[in-house]
Amino acid sequence: MIPRAALLTAVLLGAAAPPPGGASCSGCHGGTGMPLLAGRPAADTVAALDGFRAGTRPATVMSRIAKGFTPTESQAIAAWWAGVAP
Amino acid sequence: MTGVEHDAIVSDRSSRSNSVFDRAIQTSGDATSGHRALTRRAAVAAGLAMPFVAQGQGKARVAIVGGGFGGASAARALRQYAPSVDVVLIEANETFTACPFSNLAIVGVRPIEAQQFGYRALAADGIRVIHATATDIDATGKRVALSNGASVPYDRLILSPGIDIDWHALPGYDEAASTRMPHAWKAGAQTVLLRDRLAAMPDGGTVVMSVPPNPYRCPPGPYERASLIAWYLRGAKPRSKLLVLDSKDSFSKQKLFQAGWARLYPGILEWVSQSNGGTVTGVDPAASVFKTDFGDHKADVANVIPPQRAGKIAAIAGVADKTGWCPIDPVSFESRLVPGIHVIGDAAIAGAMPKSAFAANAQAKACAAAVARLLDGGTPDEPILINTCYSLLAQGYGISVAGVYRPVGGVLAEVPGSGGTSPLEEADDFRYREAQNADAWFKTIAHEAFG
Repeated sequence: MIPRAALLTAVLLGAAAPPPGGASCSGCHGGTGMPLLAGRPAADTVAALDGFRAGTRPATVMSRIAKGFTPTESQAIAAWWAGVAP
Repeated sequence: MTGVEHDAIVSDRSSRSNSVFDRAIQTSGDATSGHRALTRRAAVAAGLAMPFVAQGQGKARVAIVGGGFGGASAARALRQYAPSVDVVLIEANETFTACPFSNLAIVGVRPIEAQQFGYRALAADGIRVIHATATDIDATGKRVALSNGASVPYDRLILSPGIDIDWHALPGYDEAASTRMPHAWKAGAQTVLLRDRLAAMPDGGTVVMSVPPNPYRCPPGPYERASLIAWYLRGAKPRSKLLVLDSKDSFSKQKLFQAGWARLYPGILEWVSQSNGGTVTGVDPAASVFKTDFGDHKADVANVIPPQRAGKIAAIAGVADKTGWCPIDPVSFESRLVPGIHVIGDAAIAGAMPKSAFAANAQAKACAAAVARLLDGGTPDEPILINTCYSLLAQGYGISVAGVYRPVGGVLAEVPGSGGTSPLEEADDFRYREAQNADAWFKTIAHEAFG
């Protein structure tokens, strides 16, 4: 589900800019080795970020990055990526 | 069929005129200081009085100067976020040579061609790519003057000019000196020159590298380069040495680098800190000598990583301050000095964010979203930005530093408790996976920026 604010932006601009923080992800997650976020169920991405933040999910760099986002921000980012065509 | 233009004249749909600017173009595009001051004052006044909204004049126009990771990413993000906006990318070179991973090219294990990208995918996206040098910017009339005599009108301008070498900062090091003592800090011919010098050096030679004070492009880059040169010497010329003369006492990922060096390159790589006399005060290119307050160091192969500043067009546009870099608003990336001009990438003063390709790409997308919103008459959202920088200590041995950044008190600050470096105590498998991640990152970011 895309948040209401994102949908509104999509209408005004003709394409949806990601929520804050969401644009940086594709620097790594673009389909060459790292998990693809586009089209991935939001619950999966949220669970991964929660696990990285808590230190319960093995990581190289994501444990350090996930700690920079609140659960609410993570949910918005995950929801936005879920709505992007893979 | 592509949209790439070479000598095309860009039409001016708005037919705005500015006689001061026209005169500046006629005098070869290198503006006088009087004209510059006038332009800047007028720009500030105009920016405060009437933020431009492109209504009733056709499409809004965004010009982007610089086709590196920042500029190319910004252009493509704008096409995505604001498809109705006319996007023009101005870049002198038809081929971009990327700096990340170019240290592998220096030691001969990666072809320079693997670093090179063109602009066809951008043209296919509907971005107008003009291969010319931006020679002047009129912030009042909102036009970019080009080396081919044309000019490009804009509603908002994004500058992503990267770095220029500061040829006056290190005594003895000018452009001619860089043919004898390559910097290889802008990838391309300089990278190949340093590679060829290393390859030609007899075993038993001494490589000397100098590292400038902060800030400069890619904070951990000199230490990755030192690692990989040591790796090359260990395998190909084991009686040789590498001396790293540093203007600093501490550096990015220092503990990880030094732990790796002690294990991998004992007796080959020597790092000399500022406190131990590492600061290079001048060079003698004819003799291939680095000068310090503690004596001279003669090099068989010299690599001077010189002091830098924002790419030249930033100073011409008036967006660079006395430091040589560009202060920006951390929400919109709009210049603090000239309204209507946004600055991203290495040229920007981005608070705690380092000057890296990852940062330039992240800033480009945040800036594109802000510009799209501003052209739509809205207010940009506060961005959150990520940076990740990988360094290789050897093939298959990678380390990283990561950070998450938000605007706090007018600057981009690191989010407390986030980010940091790879753990110091980790097995080789962790280092191997980070090297693999580095490789995947480069492929991904290059694909996002250049297709």
